[in-house]
Amino acid sequence: MSNLRVLTIGGLISYRALFGWLNPAAYTLTILIPSLTQLAFFVFLGRAAHVENDAFFVAGNALVAAATPSLFGMAQAVAGERYTQTLALLVVSPASRVALFVGRALPAIANGIVVSIWTFFIAGLLFGISVPAAAVAPLGLTIAVTAFSCVGLGLFNAALGLRWRETAVVGNVLLYVLLLFAGVNVPLDRLPGWLSTAAQGLPITHGANAARQLVGGASFTHVAPLIAAEALVGAVYTLIGLTAIGLFELEARRGATLEVA
Amino acid sequence: MALARVLGFGLALHFKMLSRSPFDLFVVVASPLIFATLAYFLFEDSTGSSLLVAALASGVMGIWSSTTAQGAGALQTQRRLGVLELLVAAPVPFWAVLLPISVAISGIGIYSLAVGLVYVRVFYGVAIAVHSWLALVVAVPATIGSIGCLGFLFASALVRYRSAFMIGNVFEWPIWMICGLLIPVSVLPGWLQPVSWLFAPTWGMRALRGATLGTGSPWTDIGVCFVLAAAYLLAGTVCLRLFLHRARADATLALT
Repeated sequence: MSNLRVLTIGGLISYRALFGWLNPAAYTLTILIPSLTQLAFFVFLGRAAHVENDAFFVAGNALVAAATPSLFGMAQAVAGERYTQTLALLVVSPASRVALFVGRALPAIANGIVVSIWTFFIAGLLFGISVPAAAVAPLGLTIAVTAFSCVGLGLFNAALGLRWRETAVVGNVLLYVLLLFAGVNVPLDRLPGWLSTAAQGLPITHGANAARQLVGGASFTHVAPLIAAEALVGAVYTLIGLTAIGLFELEARRGATLEVA
Repeated sequence: MALARVLGFGLALHFKMLSRSPFDLFVVVASPLIFATLAYFLFEDSTGSSLLVAALASGVMGIWSSTTAQGAGALQTQRRLGVLELLVAAPVPFWAVLLPISVAISGIGIYSLAVGLVYVRVFYGVAIAVHSWLALVVAVPATIGSIGCLGFLFASALVRYRSAFMIGNVFEWPIWMICGLLIPVSVLPGWLQPVSWLFAPTWGMRALRGATLGTGSPWTDIGVCFVLAAAYLLAGTVCLRLFLHRARADATLALT
């Protein structure tokens, strides 16, 4: 019961604090508008390069919109505690680390889903991309699974926050890797073979592929393996993230380096 | 003379401070690496000259990125450090304090241009063939300075808002998109072109491209950079005077 309380109430409070919900404009300015302007940039870049159609970039970048709050939001779960000087208190608390960090991950997943749907919907209107009625529910599932896998990578970013203060730098590196190599803006067949293979292990790669096929009229059964692959990638990153959090916390306590990281 | 010393010392001091910030350095170094790579993979038929332009464009993107990430919130940084009231109360005109900060923030974009050029030279074997070195040497500071003045205008207009940096961030991607950096304006809706003329990155990029490839008239573009910089400075100084007076009258400088 205690773990459930930490997971739900603790996660919710942490996430509300992240954006300072007393001022909803912050959410609009940092999340909702940039997700659309970023998508528009890549749509026009794609048109200039004559690579793929608008739907390719809209579907891929609408899913990346879920990655931004996931990567930075999760990193802030550690950086924010350090900033408010409560990280040490958090580390000495007896609360389950899994409940603690998964609790912070759940609102990030929910947020990722909301932002991704918002971006997909508005960009669809702006660039004339329509989603077949039968594809709406599978597309929703694809978005949810992709948001989960992005949060898995975000958990790893949070773990790095225990070792390095510059979580924003790491978050940006990870985001740029996704933008470049996850098949979001550069078709995988244009990447070198080894990079294309490595991309199979990145969040979003399979989700973006599934989303594009769904927009193109594919059925759920056709894209189900892709969604499953995305879920598997997310599960692996979540496991890596939680393991890294445990290891880095242990290391920080042993070396008394929690505040000097 | 005292004013020149404040401007010069402020510029050097803030440039050095920013050059030691991992985040700020990342912002200006990552942009050319990411976007030049993107251009390489997307524009498969790209020639050496187009990759060279992509390197310059991604350098300007880095300058703009630094300006939006830090420039608009420059005063918030001073507020967070607890020195904003002291700076405002100092006998030096406040614009002379803020301007060097803004230009230094854009100034570290010089790393961006350098990294972009070295990157395409080393990894893609692009020859750095410049049509007019003189025009390029003038175009670089003109571009950085005019973008810095635009950052000054942003910072001045947003002095009363704690969330200024968020507002600044909103402009990052749109300016990258409309100013003819990586994306030719021909693929954008026609009404966006006149909008892009208001922003210094448009003219800075044209000047850099013209100086490098010998296209267009780089000296005209450099002139427009100077005109825009003057306009931004004037508008920023007026904003600063109005908003600072209001903040001091309401005693909200620290509490905004």
